[in-house]
Amino acid sequence: MAAPRAFLRLGAREWNGRARAIHGPREPVTPDSNQKRRTLLQFLSDHFHDVQALREYLLQKQASRVNWKNRSFPNIQQKYGPDVTGALFILKQGGAVKFQDKEWIRPNERGRFPTEFLTFREVPVEAVDASGCAINYQGMSNLLPLKELRSLSLQRCPNVDDWCLSRLYLLANSLQELSLAGCPQVSERGLACLHHLQNLRRLDISDLPAVSHPGLTQILVEEMLPHCEVFGTDWTRGPKLEADCP
Amino acid sequence: MFRRVLRLGLTPGRPNRGLRTRRGGFILDWDAKVSDFKKKIECMLPGKQWGMPYDTSYLPPKQSDVVIIGGGILGLSVAFWLKKMESSRGAIRVLVVEQDHTEYLAVVDAPLVDLQFNPSGCLLLASEKNAATLESNVKMQRQEGAKVCLISPEQLQNKFPWINIEGVALASYGMEDEGWFDAWSLFQGLRRKVQSMGVLLYQGEVTRFITSSRQMETTSGEQVVLRRIHEVQVKMNNSLEYQPVECAVVINAAGAWSGQVAELAGIGKGLPGTLQGTKLPVEPRKRYVHLWHCPQGPGLETPLVADINGVYFRREGLGSNYLGGCSPTEEEEPDPTNLEVDHDFFQNKVWPHLVQRVPSFKTLKVQSNWAGYYDYNTFDQNGVVGPHPLVVNMYFATGFSGHGLQHAPGIGRAVAEMVLEGQFKTIDMSPFLFNRFYLGEKLQEYNIL
Repeated sequence: MAAPRAFLRLGAREWNGRARAIHGPREPVTPDSNQKRRTLLQFLSDHFHDVQALREYLLQKQASRVNWKNRSFPNIQQKYGPDVTGALFILKQGGAVKFQDKEWIRPNERGRFPTEFLTFREVPVEAVDASGCAINYQGMSNLLPLKELRSLSLQRCPNVDDWCLSRLYLLANSLQELSLAGCPQVSERGLACLHHLQNLRRLDISDLPAVSHPGLTQILVEEMLPHCEVFGTDWTRGPKLEADCP
Repeated sequence: MFRRVLRLGLTPGRPNRGLRTRRGGFILDWDAKVSDFKKKIECMLPGKQWGMPYDTSYLPPKQSDVVIIGGGILGLSVAFWLKKMESSRGAIRVLVVEQDHTEYLAVVDAPLVDLQFNPSGCLLLASEKNAATLESNVKMQRQEGAKVCLISPEQLQNKFPWINIEGVALASYGMEDEGWFDAWSLFQGLRRKVQSMGVLLYQGEVTRFITSSRQMETTSGEQVVLRRIHEVQVKMNNSLEYQPVECAVVINAAGAWSGQVAELAGIGKGLPGTLQGTKLPVEPRKRYVHLWHCPQGPGLETPLVADINGVYFRREGLGSNYLGGCSPTEEEEPDPTNLEVDHDFFQNKVWPHLVQRVPSFKTLKVQSNWAGYYDYNTFDQNGVVGPHPLVVNMYFATGFSGHGLQHAPGIGRAVAEMVLEGQFKTIDMSPFLFNRFYLGEKLQEYNIL
């Protein structure tokens, strides 16, 4: 029957521990997105107040789930310090963490991770891989106290947007590598705030659907950060030529 | 039946009262209404002349609980908060009347409103004279949680090599969550949302208020005349037809024309120096905005730069375009009766200062100009919020002299709280009340762009 499948399509699903973008009215901003195919639930909610109220309730639940994931941990921070708190936050979301002079800590397929890092004292976090995590503006507060963070990967994070990028200036002293590939909500306006990160040496801004002119944006970002190597457009693929170009 | 039961469960507030009449008490001209109704019934009976009324769906409704005069960002914001804070769905009928209506095709199930927020920050420059004011402003902003910092001229030169720091003593720079956004998309998004919440938007001009007044005595024994607005007459554009709308509350969010609307309600008609004689000191002021192209100009990291003498500019898009302008001094105020752009203004007043601050702007080329109105408060350049002391059901939400857009959500909520609950709950806006014009207490706003 069509109705249960429409319900399935409704909410944020977690496949293999990675978060998907929230569906419904909150669609990713793409410059040329045409009318998406309407689901049965969208059709019903246009015509019945009750279905609309139910849909709004379900969307609200999704949003509160994301907010719960991005909560802060004041007790852990007090007891173990900001590095361990940041690491715990990332591991709970499904990302990976590397402490200085230690190996990468990753959660396994069932979301379990080893807890020996709780015993680390004064060992700073060096690298964070938050690919595909549901980290958002609130959750960034857990990452910003990591003053020795050298590498941050925010690939394919559905809730990272321009506002989050404007908070990254606090990591300017240490951050050398940043990857934003595949984030659906990052646009060139957020990339403009990266000029604070003067120690950045590698920046990956490939595959950003919300950036209107990827080639031009890459050139402007390269001018903005002269010491940084920017990976974005694939220059080996030539410009798209029209079929009837003389 | 099912739907009503479900709605009782899902929506908050009291359940629907059903057929109980909404109003009781004083209704203007009851007898005429009864005879009108009798005439309509008579023409429906068989054998009589068919004189049923024609289609009037283009006219605003005959009654509305709240009429908001002015469909700009402030008016829509007030409408939004009134609908959000109502106790049950459909409890308050809100009507927004806007004079100038450029129709925009609404998109069904449209994607989330993209405000195009540029979090590049605002850079405010100050000379020796203003450095102390800037410092105290920044201190106050930091206390409230804003992430701004003070920069010295040397640090400024390091950060932005294209700037000329001559004459700059201090600068304030917003590090986080500060920048500019697209006002038009906010406006359109708010319009859509407000329409989906059940607010009626109509085009027309308010030409008259039907009021009643009565003498009252204050606690100190003085006689005052309190007025109450009963009807708002909305005239349709390009015709003489008008619709009287009975209302309980009127909100004056008419922007640059708030002064004229207030005069219609009798505000300011009295001996000068008395409360009756205090006019609403909001008048339209024309301001120009210029868009120019400069290929060697500052790059992607350019914040919104507000120079010492009131000239400001910011980056626009990715193609080396910049947008900016300047507020003229009192003597040079342009004529507000039309929206014609004076091109010499840019040449003589704006460009020299731009070149002095950013030398690469010497080779700029102006692409376009336009003009708009500020709802300029001649008293202290700060807004008026809240009820009028004598006209008891008129509330103001105007006079912000160019800052209305950034304050709109907060003001909307404050006015909605005032209307629904009788006092300011979240933020105390009592310094912005109308009384200060009579008492002479200025709430001066210094940073007008």
